Amino acid sequence: MHETDMTRALILTLQDWWESQPEPPTISKVHLTVGNFTCVEPASLQFAFTVQTQNTFLAGAELVIRETPLIAFCHPCQKEYKPDIGVQYACPDCQSPMEDIRSGRELKINRLEYALLGQPQIQETL
Amino acid sequence: MHQTFDAALEINLLHANQDGADHNRAHFEEWGIVCVNLMSSPGAGKTQLLERTLQALNPECKMAVIEGDMTTELDAERLRQYGVPVIAINTGRACHLDSKMVAGGIHSLSHEHDPASLDLVWVENVGNLVCPAEFEVGEHAKVALLSVTEGEDKPLKYPIMFREADCLIITKTDLTPYLEIDLERIKANVRQVNPQVPIFAVSTKTLEGFEGWLQWVRQLIVQKGVCV
Repeated sequence: MHETDMTRALILTLQDWWESQPEPPTISKVHLTVGNFTCVEPASLQFAFTVQTQNTFLAGAELVIRETPLIAFCHPCQKEYKPDIGVQYACPDCQSPMEDIRSGRELKINRLEYALLGQPQIQETL
Repeated sequence: MHQTFDAALEINLLHANQDGADHNRAHFEEWGIVCVNLMSSPGAGKTQLLERTLQALNPECKMAVIEGDMTTELDAERLRQYGVPVIAINTGRACHLDSKMVAGGIHSLSHEHDPASLDLVWVENVGNLVCPAEFEVGEHAKVALLSVTEGEDKPLKYPIMFREADCLIITKTDLTPYLEIDLERIKANVRQVNPQVPIFAVSTKTLEGFEGWLQWVRQLIVQKGVCV
């Protein structure tokens, strides 16, 4: 399951951010965008994340994944289309190959929600 | 309850890997080295292609290999007989090389050999059509291999690898008489996701089509302005 390695890559990226903070934050939610034209399966990523974050600075953090569809742009037809992944990527109308991808390649950490345990402030945002 | 803060990161999930890849690339460039990442499913013929390529380009071009293998050193041993430095990276259970593993390989290479004397470093990735496509290791070009025995539909089923490739080698073409396979169909399927990619149909047994591939490698080296 290659999501194990993808998750490790995600954790390393988050760790860079976490270590750069002046005091260690407690991360509650990690918001990701995962395109449908990537090597990542969101359900497997969720599972791997839960398992691999145990006993780490991310223990208990929730992974919120927004999926984006594969959308290509056909230059001859001057319009967007949704390729049929695994079957056909060329434009269904003029058969031009898939050149520009407008959506679906995202593998992005959008934002984090976190608390600072040193802070006595009680406030629920978001 | 504690106050919840929001940090907008807007960075790639593989940011840490990407940083490492950029770092590796900077090392290669400092030494005047072009790095090529070879990727394919297991058994498509990466090692065999490398053997023939090392044979053909050595000593015209000074090369080294960083070899990713899940458990063994078999491939590394095969390649050492061509008289080039081969650094084996044991990836354990990981199904691809990442930039950190390759950094380890570069470290060994720079300690055991003189990296500034090299023109080209081949990275032979772990056999896998899925993950290696997403993990950059610091290469200047990605080369994907697809053997004729794998079938015409693979570029459609594993599109990311074929989309990301800067060059595609169709291997084992000497087997086509025994298979019901249409080379043009394979090429058309690749072109659906990567219309401009150079494609070379090659047999490492008869060496048919091999010169085209070697020319591509030579051109890449010239483009990067490192070797003759």
